[in-house]
Amino acid sequence: MLPQELLELRSIGKCFGSNRVLEGVSFDLRGGEVHVLAGENGAGKSTLIKILAGIHTEYEGEIRLQGRPVRFSSPHDAARHGISVIHQEMSLVEPMTAGDNIHLGRESCRLGGWWLDRPAQLKRSLGLCRQLGLDLTAADLDRPVGEFPVSAKNQIEIAKALAFEARILVMDEPTGALNRDEVGRLFALVEAAKRKGCGIVFITHRMAEIYHVADRITVLRDGRRVATAKRGECPESTLIQWMIGRELSPLSPSRSGRPAGAPGRPILEVDGLTVPDPRPGRPPAVREFSIRLHAGEIVGLAGLQGSGGTELFQGLFGALGPVCGGRVRIDGKAFRPESPSASIRRGLAFLTGDRKRSGLVPGLSVTGNITLASLPALSPGGVLQPARERSHAARQAETLRIRLASLDQPVGTLSGGNQQKVVLAKWMEVQPKVLLLEEPTRGIDIGSKVELYSLMGRLAAQGLAILLISSELPELMHLSERILALHRGRVAAEFSRAEATPENVMAAAMGVLP
Amino acid sequence: MRGTLVRRWLGIPWVRALLALALVVSLGCLFNAGGAFLRWSTHRDMLRQISVYGILACGMTLVIVTGGIDLAVGSILGLCSVLFAQLSLHGGQGALAAVGLTLGAGLATGLVSGTLVARARIQPFIATLAMMVFARGLAKWSSGGQKISQAVQAPDGTFSYVDLPRAFDALGGSVLGGNIAVVTLVFGGCLAVSWVVLAKLRYGRYLFATGGNEEAARLSGVPVVRAKLLAYGLSGLFAATAGICQAAQELQGDPEAGTSYELTAIAIAVIGGNSLAGGRGGIGLTLLGALTIGYLEKILSINAVGESSRLMLTGAIIIAAVLLQRKKAG
Repeated sequence: MLPQELLELRSIGKCFGSNRVLEGVSFDLRGGEVHVLAGENGAGKSTLIKILAGIHTEYEGEIRLQGRPVRFSSPHDAARHGISVIHQEMSLVEPMTAGDNIHLGRESCRLGGWWLDRPAQLKRSLGLCRQLGLDLTAADLDRPVGEFPVSAKNQIEIAKALAFEARILVMDEPTGALNRDEVGRLFALVEAAKRKGCGIVFITHRMAEIYHVADRITVLRDGRRVATAKRGECPESTLIQWMIGRELSPLSPSRSGRPAGAPGRPILEVDGLTVPDPRPGRPPAVREFSIRLHAGEIVGLAGLQGSGGTELFQGLFGALGPVCGGRVRIDGKAFRPESPSASIRRGLAFLTGDRKRSGLVPGLSVTGNITLASLPALSPGGVLQPARERSHAARQAETLRIRLASLDQPVGTLSGGNQQKVVLAKWMEVQPKVLLLEEPTRGIDIGSKVELYSLMGRLAAQGLAILLISSELPELMHLSERILALHRGRVAAEFSRAEATPENVMAAAMGVLP
Repeated sequence: MRGTLVRRWLGIPWVRALLALALVVSLGCLFNAGGAFLRWSTHRDMLRQISVYGILACGMTLVIVTGGIDLAVGSILGLCSVLFAQLSLHGGQGALAAVGLTLGAGLATGLVSGTLVARARIQPFIATLAMMVFARGLAKWSSGGQKISQAVQAPDGTFSYVDLPRAFDALGGSVLGGNIAVVTLVFGGCLAVSWVVLAKLRYGRYLFATGGNEEAARLSGVPVVRAKLLAYGLSGLFAATAGICQAAQELQGDPEAGTSYELTAIAIAVIGGNSLAGGRGGIGLTLLGALTIGYLEKILSINAVGESSRLMLTGAIIIAAVLLQRKKAG
């Protein structure tokens, strides 16, 4: 006897203008299961979710909730029907307290809904947290959400969803900004929600997570449903093939053409670098970091969130100002990190882990974004030369295979993978000697990931030195010749490619001595 | 197919701004006050009357593109009108020296605002609000609260009259047989300068990048502090220009001049379609916004709509225009 169908989507279709993004997609969800929705960026996952969430109200097909046809008129309407969506971008109000956020829109009230009953609300929040196994005290619930780390915010968001007595939870890449530990806690919450009888639609780009969390998997490609299968019935290779429609291993041997163990001259030499924590009153974020990075070499940095990798890059790049201690040499000449512009002139480039917040400039065109860091060279005398900019941007777009309609289109209209390539193109334009890559494949589809991997291989082969931070261990191990494991701002261990295994790298990053 | 073409056109900001302007102009043709709207003199007067506001709006646009706002421009206008009158009427300075010194003062004031915003990291609204109050005080202090006119009071209390310097005649007058006011030409000049800065210079790109995503710009090596200083500095410079024009037109320096003009300048920039969030916009939009506001005022005044109704109507129409633009954008 199958559990009851909680939700059924029947032949959903959707067009934007003349552009068809969904066609005849059917999808169902049972109580107490996790149904993973997989597919490359642009496959139609987000659109489907938005229809389910009441954001897109015009579509073809039918939604049935426990057998009854429904049509949501707004996100609020969908929420009233028990559908709660946890978006990639969190929908918490940062200055408000955790407790208030949990009850946002459904406050406990007296006097006919006018008088806010905060004590009652706090009590309900506490009960909820206990039920979910969250260790948030009454004092924690009274703190502004903005003070919590991303992982805790995630939990608060789930608590909020369950406070609304949601029967259906839609989680759109909830693990994007979490480290392994926090992902574990999130999954525990998902389990708790399952036990309460919730159905969960889960979107993620990480293969390991799919196989960890899914009961069933549905794959979308180009707006159509390719297949639905139970977890045990589709091996990884089948899943990837469904997603991309062609045979392709995500970890194709992109760098096999490069001779290993023949490093070029040292490009970046760091001795005893110390980076203070940007938040005052805390111990240094990075202590005594040293490295020799050679031309054509990719070195990976493994570390959990808060291990100092981000601050290391920021400090080295001068993004924090002239605050670092220690000695740095670039291409044999002494270098003192003080400002991004000075670092760029010396041949450093820094692709940050958050392309929305610190990578792209939304108002500018694709061209404007690509040439942003190299404008001084492209506009002699301070006067812009549009033709020259365009030709440079066009060359980068071709080299990096950026798929776009026009070089003049706003950068926000590109897909995630192509946006990331635009940021990379910006840094290629400054012709760096050292490339600092922080989570370069975060939030992009598998096809683009594969392309970026082979691109990194090509760049290294051309003599670029690359320092890579990635929270995806397989990616890090695949790309790096050496891996340094960071733990609490220090290098805990160094592994050659032959020595590194997921287990020993993770153990070192978690502070277990080898 | 035609539907999508129309939608694509309406997605272009200047098309929408042009539509808003066309709407207002057609209103004028409809309520033409017995043919008054169809006469050239009406348009000429409108251009002259909107010019001072337009000059302020040029600077405002530069600042808005960086994601900021400059509330001080009206006060800087007042301060500079007083300063210019003092230098040229009472101080006996030559036209060039008086203009140069006044422009310098406006630039310096703008740079102070810019420093507060870019270096001291005070929110633009607060920093320029403070500068607005301070500059107004400075204008009143240096003029003793009096208008600076041709009448000069000697220590013994008697009045004498100084001749009007030629600069006043030149700046307050008009060219082409009285068809184009000099102040309108100055507005044109300010538009041209702003256009060059925004569309042609590297620093213009930096203004957009700073407004669009300051952190991404900074990490790309964009000198965001200097970009903001440039925007606020030029805004002060334009405000001083407007102050000189205002003094020349009124034949005096008035410490109260320009009160609440900053709001009109903001309205012009916004009604043209410049985004207050920063990173998007252009000087062409500001020109269209200036014409829209100018015609609106003119149509209401030639139809003898009383001031109280005029203000209420203007407020309502600004909201309507902005809503209209947003609806078409979506």
